[in-house]
Amino acid sequence: MIPYSKKVLQHFNKPHNYGKMKMPDAVGEVGNLICGDIMRLYIKVGKNAKKQEIIKDIKFETYGCLSAIASSSMLTDLVKGKTIEQAINFDRQEIVQELGGLPPIKIHCSVLAGDALLEAIYNYLSKNKKPIPEKLTKRHQQLQKEKETINKNHC
Amino acid sequence: MKQVYLDYAATTPQSPEATKAMRPYFEKHYGNASSLHQFGQRAREAVEASRQNIAKFLNCSMAEVFFTGSATEADNLAILGVIKSSKLHIITTAIEHPAVLEPIKRLEKLGEIEVTYLPVSRDGLVKVEDIEKAIRPNTVLVSIMYANNEIGVVQPIAEIAKIIRNFRNSKIQEIITKQISNSNNQYPIFHTDAVQAVNYLDCDVQKLGVDLLTLSGHKIYGPKGVGALYVKKGAALEPIMFGGHQEQGLRPSTENVAAIAGLGAAIATISNRKSQIANIKKLRDKLLDGILKNIPKTSLNGSADNRLPNNVNISFSGVEGESILMALDQKGVCVSTGSACASGSLQPSHVLMALGLSHQQAHGSIRFSLGKYTTKEEIDYVLKVLPDIIKRLRAISPIK
Repeated sequence: MIPYSKKVLQHFNKPHNYGKMKMPDAVGEVGNLICGDIMRLYIKVGKNAKKQEIIKDIKFETYGCLSAIASSSMLTDLVKGKTIEQAINFDRQEIVQELGGLPPIKIHCSVLAGDALLEAIYNYLSKNKKPIPEKLTKRHQQLQKEKETINKNHC
Repeated sequence: MKQVYLDYAATTPQSPEATKAMRPYFEKHYGNASSLHQFGQRAREAVEASRQNIAKFLNCSMAEVFFTGSATEADNLAILGVIKSSKLHIITTAIEHPAVLEPIKRLEKLGEIEVTYLPVSRDGLVKVEDIEKAIRPNTVLVSIMYANNEIGVVQPIAEIAKIIRNFRNSKIQEIITKQISNSNNQYPIFHTDAVQAVNYLDCDVQKLGVDLLTLSGHKIYGPKGVGALYVKKGAALEPIMFGGHQEQGLRPSTENVAAIAGLGAAIATISNRKSQIANIKKLRDKLLDGILKNIPKTSLNGSADNRLPNNVNISFSGVEGESILMALDQKGVCVSTGSACASGSLQPSHVLMALGLSHQQAHGSIRFSLGKYTTKEEIDYVLKVLPDIIKRLRAISPIK
């Protein structure tokens, strides 16, 4: 069996911030059933003392393997309270580091979690007609394209 | 922590009988079975005694039993050893083990053969009529597994053999009436991978009517790293490895005497197994009924009736298989999954997809395979821990 770190198992056995959120400000969903993983991220946006917009609350729902669930849980811990700007620039490698590493074949789980966050923020910004950084738009379009072209032979 | 091993289809623990049979051939009777001196003869005796056990089990002659290094090797020999020229045709199924599918795909890729991959029904069964339709004059090999490793579904091997025999007979008739000289009336050769079947089903090759049959040591409480191929007398098979004259030149290599002795002992203990099978089936049914009854949105994959008595393969809706496997593993329960995540290929099980299951169903599958050491307490324990695991994972899942 693939060796997983203690931290990965902890987040898998008792994930943080999971479940459906009532009245979220935005939702991001990535992955697909063909490849066997779907991540849905809900966010609520609030303001900090400096009046910057922050991720006030975050929840996830994930269909996927142990690493996908642990990555989702770790992501919510890491970005909760971050400003939108910080969240857009969030380095998804942090997920892997904080989890104490993932097997190479499972790195894509952390990538998926990072993308779910970007999709949720994109959803929030576009819904509220706020300016969207070019980097975010690009990744969003890329993910949409992948969704359209996905087929049995492409995971 | 409690340990419950329910992965007998992956490999079985080795029986004390097999271990005992192997022990003398490491340090005491270490001779090369090809040597003429007494050390060699001791080893030779062990190899031939094992061959005799297998021949008895398969109801064939000793000269028809060939030892290999694994069942994968035996499958490769059965396939690659039959193909002697190009433009030939092979029939197999969509649900074969990779040890059969991959050598066939390799030949296909090299452009040497054409292949018909027979579909299976939702139950996992091959239609006998499909084989009849698929046979061509240039069909040299039909390879259909006896019992599937993932879903345990048992194919009608004897019926298929009958169709192949009829086809051969019609060829002979043609040769007689047209008075043409043709020596290819032994084709198509019929191979079956019986690796999963040996423990539970009748493997009398006369009754089955097969020409080639693969079996493995480590699925029958014997050692890993040894297999055997039954080759019916007269079936034209060429070696795929070249070297010494061992195994009538068909499989050169110094015999793995200890492993061969272990395989022989393992196969000898299979006889007289009726009560054991009945017990395993009882426990299997308890597990199956318990899951289907106590956990909502679950379904059995593959036929309930034409099935090995030790196999349960279930899809859990809304949950991915590897996460179930890992959660069970932490409770000490060892199973396997047809989900892509676990395989490293990102493709879900080809067997489950061939049944016509959705990606979600295939990804959410778990195989429980029982064996002769499985107890009622173990099954009770699984039925106790599993519902909570599924409930917990479903609470995390976006698929409701």
